[in-house]
Amino acid sequence: MTGLAVCTVILVLAPLAAIFGYLVYRGVGSINWAFVTQIPKPVGEAGGGMANAIVGSAFILGIASLIGVPLGVGAGIYLAEFGRNRLGSVIRFTADVLNGVPSIVIGTVAYSLVVLYQHHFSALAGGVALSIMMVPTISRTTEEMLLLVPQALREASYGLGVPRWRTTLSITLRTATSGVITGVMLAFARVAGETAPLIFTALGNTGWSRYLRLGLFGKTWTVPFVESNQPTAALPLQIYVYAISPYDEWHRQAWAGALVLIVLIVAAVSAVRYVVRRGTFGSS
Amino acid sequence: MAAPLLRSSTGEVPDQIFKVVITACGLAILGMLVLIVYELTSRSAASWHAFGFKFFAASDWDPPNEVFGAKPFIYGTLVSSLLALIIAVPLAVGVAVFTTEMCPKQLRGPLSFFVELLAAIPSVIYGLWAIFVLVPLLSAYVEPFLSKTLGWTGLFVGPAYGFGMLAAGVILAIMIVPIISSITREVLLVVPQHQREAALALGATRWEMIRMGVLRNARAGIVGAIILGLGRALGETMAVAMVIGNTPQIVASLFASGHTMASVLANEFSEATGDIYTSALIEIGLALFLVTIVVNALARLLVWTVTRGQPARGHA
Repeated sequence: MTGLAVCTVILVLAPLAAIFGYLVYRGVGSINWAFVTQIPKPVGEAGGGMANAIVGSAFILGIASLIGVPLGVGAGIYLAEFGRNRLGSVIRFTADVLNGVPSIVIGTVAYSLVVLYQHHFSALAGGVALSIMMVPTISRTTEEMLLLVPQALREASYGLGVPRWRTTLSITLRTATSGVITGVMLAFARVAGETAPLIFTALGNTGWSRYLRLGLFGKTWTVPFVESNQPTAALPLQIYVYAISPYDEWHRQAWAGALVLIVLIVAAVSAVRYVVRRGTFGSS
Repeated sequence: MAAPLLRSSTGEVPDQIFKVVITACGLAILGMLVLIVYELTSRSAASWHAFGFKFFAASDWDPPNEVFGAKPFIYGTLVSSLLALIIAVPLAVGVAVFTTEMCPKQLRGPLSFFVELLAAIPSVIYGLWAIFVLVPLLSAYVEPFLSKTLGWTGLFVGPAYGFGMLAAGVILAIMIVPIISSITREVLLVVPQHQREAALALGATRWEMIRMGVLRNARAGIVGAIILGLGRALGETMAVAMVIGNTPQIVASLFASGHTMASVLANEFSEATGDIYTSALIEIGLALFLVTIVVNALARLLVWTVTRGQPARGHA
């Protein structure tokens, strides 16, 4: 019986090893400097890259975080500090249920909320879709982390005459910072690879949405730029389009894109964790 | 004298503002749910008025002639998800039992870390891997073998292209193993230690102890974990859309290509022309939303009954 259990473990870990191994093998073989600095070339031409998709992804994720993080952390504070009642339970349950809503459905909602009003696809619509996905996760982890902060700490603060809002923000939230940020990063990592909600919100773009001409150092520079109200390329979206295309060159680029995506997600998460850990040690 | 002084220093007005702002954030979560329901119902109204309940029973999907029936997609979603459960459940429960009951302590951490790493891989990368590794593997080895040995069942007949329902089921299984096994592990961990000791004291072997002392006690929670996995599989989009073949048809053979509710949205939504076409797609989205809400709520309740209100999370 132990043998059987070990077999299941091997069967589960085998695909993991296969996926990572193959991803690194194909990705490292396909990636080069042009890939991260150039925009896609027309079909049939070798070379080119996904620079616009990388910047576009960062841009969309930035919009999503701007909306999703404050809202999610705020909701988490509500659940932990004011939510020990019926309304709190309802919100808690709603957040858990929202967490399970398929991302493609959220994309549909963002489409009818933003795209239909703007009358075109945009990075903003993609950001809104991703932010809706971030809030439930962030609020639930924030709540858990705040509840770990000892009650005595809050009481000590009240005892010193510190008002409640100040206690919550400067004592409770501050004590739980590293946990809260870990939760935020988990939500970030989850939405960073999302493709489904971007298909009909951000749509994708084969170039930059705009170029800026800047006069600097006595020369005119053309700077690529991403606009929030224009269709925008995103890394996961580009991987999808390239993966289902019939061209070998695009397949190669899809693998390179997948590797970049994984590396960026892991790097973002570990960088923030590292900074937070150092910050907390420094201040305590 | 002291009372007004105290009041001014505690700052009641900022406290009130703070509470209102924070409560608004909490209510925003309810607002999101209401917004989702409102947008989906209002935008799918046209299709609902045109087809009514027949929408879910009709199997013709013919956008140029504006004839829409969702049955092939419902069929595809159900079959691919059930297939995924059949493959994933024994594996996930096995892994959970191994990590909680058998595995040496030093291995426990890394093992659950690796299993949860599977959950962190974006769905589009699963799809990419499935297209270039899984599908060729299926068409070269697995499908010929299945059709030779189990072809008589009618489930494994036809040309072995690799792309199709079977590929979708397998990739979904790989994707839902982490959630099922991590929640099953949480549920197994709350089974009281004395249950295990009692079973062993009665002369049970380790296997009997696991079966009677642990798994039986955690039954409801494990079912909850499986249903959560089902919820994930029902709504999974990209990986499925990349390997299922995207043909709206109902065919018994698992080698044949199909379509799911999520994959049709991914494939056709941005190209849908005409109000009724978009509306029909949104109605599929609404149906998918309602199904996953019910499935998830059910699963949460089941897991809650076992872990007694401890929040059950995917990452723990």
